[in-house]
Amino acid sequence: MRPFAAFPIDTMARMVAHLSFWLRGASLALVLLLSTVLTVHASMTIEIIGGAAKRIPIAIVPFAMPGGVIGDNPANVISADLFRSGYFETVATSPREGQPTRPEQVRLPQWRAAGADALLIGQVLTLPDGRLEVRFWLYDVPLQTLLTARGLTVPSSNGLRSAAHRIADMVYEKLLGEAGNFSGRIAYVLKRDGWYELQVADTDGYNAVTVARSPEPIISPAWSPDGSRLAYVSFEKKKPVVYVQRLADGSRQVLADFRGSNSAPAWSPDGRQLAVTLSRDEVSQIYLIDAAGGEPRRIASSTALDTEPVFSPDGQWLYFTSDRGGSPQIYRIPLAGGQAQRVTFEGGYNVSPAISPDGRLMAFIHRRDGRFHVALMDLATRQMQVLTDTSYDESPSFAPNGRTILYATRINGRGVLATVSIDGRVRQRLSLSGDLREPAWAP
Amino acid sequence: MIRRLLVVSLAGCSLAACSTMPTEAPIDESKAVATASPAATGQDARRASDAGARPISGGSTPTAVEQPVVETRPLPTPIIEPTGTVSAISAASARPELTIPGAHKDPTSPLAQRVIYFEFDSAVIDARFQPLLEAHATYLKANPGFKVILQGHTDERGSREYNLALGQRRAESVRQALRLLGVAEAQMEAVSLGEEKPAVEGHDESAWKMNRRTEIHYVGE
Repeated sequence: MRPFAAFPIDTMARMVAHLSFWLRGASLALVLLLSTVLTVHASMTIEIIGGAAKRIPIAIVPFAMPGGVIGDNPANVISADLFRSGYFETVATSPREGQPTRPEQVRLPQWRAAGADALLIGQVLTLPDGRLEVRFWLYDVPLQTLLTARGLTVPSSNGLRSAAHRIADMVYEKLLGEAGNFSGRIAYVLKRDGWYELQVADTDGYNAVTVARSPEPIISPAWSPDGSRLAYVSFEKKKPVVYVQRLADGSRQVLADFRGSNSAPAWSPDGRQLAVTLSRDEVSQIYLIDAAGGEPRRIASSTALDTEPVFSPDGQWLYFTSDRGGSPQIYRIPLAGGQAQRVTFEGGYNVSPAISPDGRLMAFIHRRDGRFHVALMDLATRQMQVLTDTSYDESPSFAPNGRTILYATRINGRGVLATVSIDGRVRQRLSLSGDLREPAWAP
Repeated sequence: MIRRLLVVSLAGCSLAACSTMPTEAPIDESKAVATASPAATGQDARRASDAGARPISGGSTPTAVEQPVVETRPLPTPIIEPTGTVSAISAASARPELTIPGAHKDPTSPLAQRVIYFEFDSAVIDARFQPLLEAHATYLKANPGFKVILQGHTDERGSREYNLALGQRRAESVRQALRLLGVAEAQMEAVSLGEEKPAVEGHDESAWKMNRRTEIHYVGE
């Protein structure tokens, strides 16, 4: 249940600077928005850098809560989600508009006067069986219409955050026309006090659960396509071994423990097999293994080092890193058989491919002037662009909606997680007391 | 000894179907719709670990480790700088003390020198490490019951998985060199720890050059 910890003052100052950049000319809104941001983020560690050129002004009224229900007001969680997406700005509520929590209390012209393009109201109800229902109504203010109204049932107040994330996803989708990322989960490795913890958490860092813990390193978590299992590499046997762990009950099996090193698991889109890197035939090469285990089948053969396999979403290609050309570059090979093709050409170090869910984009790590950045390539045009200005980026992975890339980087010597939108405009950093690395966004 | 890895269960709450997950229903103003969440079932906090104390590749245990070492002077382990030389152990194969079982435990023996260093993005063994490799080859050939793990490492820069493969190549490179010197394949396993276990913490070349290495570990040591 522990959220990411508070970020330090100097990053707050930087955030304020960025906010003033976004909101120049709107001083009243700036003051009100700042108070919202600092309240929302003082307890978490999410630092937001940049944002969309045009943000949708949305008013979110605190939801009515029944007496005795403890927990975050869903309105706060939804506000934080929408704000950190970079596509929304929060319109402050004032007594003039009232604090509606039911449709009959809404006076849309007043919200229009307050500058809101959208209005969200809601309430939490206790059901006769003790469960809670969260109801919300979303309005298009300029058009003076109700866009959607839904109710979400949760077993207890522990479910209120997750209901709020779902509502944020629906609001995002209604207003922007594409799926939101707020109710997703991420896996990552936290190193602290000499232990490596593989954790799964909400995308805002709440509800973190440690699923595996070891005094030896854990790297390369990979989600099964249905989100029920994690494959990862653990060094608990003093060498890298690949495991598959079921999240529901914590049970796990060895997937690959052959002579030499076993690493870099990647699931096929149908979840039936994994690609792994094995060194049992001397150099690191890529093999396929059934998800249930068994004899690996070598799929490509080179005298160079091949690793970091990842399937294209259509299952046609395997992208991977190889130094067969003298420097590490990304290649792809047809799974039906055929020759490997080189994909990256610019620069002397391109590694860690991740393919977007629609198969059109590839995120990867590109070295430029000795610094490692997240870069993005349009696979049709082979145009590439560097998305980040951080220097030690690693392990990019796409959000399920394909709009955001999650990666690890290092700030002031400490490992943090970061996200960047595919247009490079919206960036966030998530930090904890400890070293964060190896993130993977759940499908 | 290998410690157990603990797998922490989710206290009866499945991540896939957690009891706190909301269910969704259209609003029905007349009565609140009660859609049941899938009940979480994983009640047993299973400690699913098969991380026992198995040796890395099974096989025989060194049998002669109780024999006295040649010298017992309590000197500190010699340290090889990447830029240093190992001329003191040249002509190793001519030295009979390098064949006595247990000699690798003597901190004053040339066999106490266990680390081969590499240049950036390279797995080429510098000639200055040839005497070190010859000493270990002589010892391993004289003691076929001993096994070594050749552990490749890299500096911290770049992808962890690419570094794992690069460390593997450094380990393989040492394995090839020992094989050329006559050591049996079955006595060696080359593995990589990539950038995960730096010898020296630090973010500059002085640390990095100490971390690009292959370490020789005797099994059961």
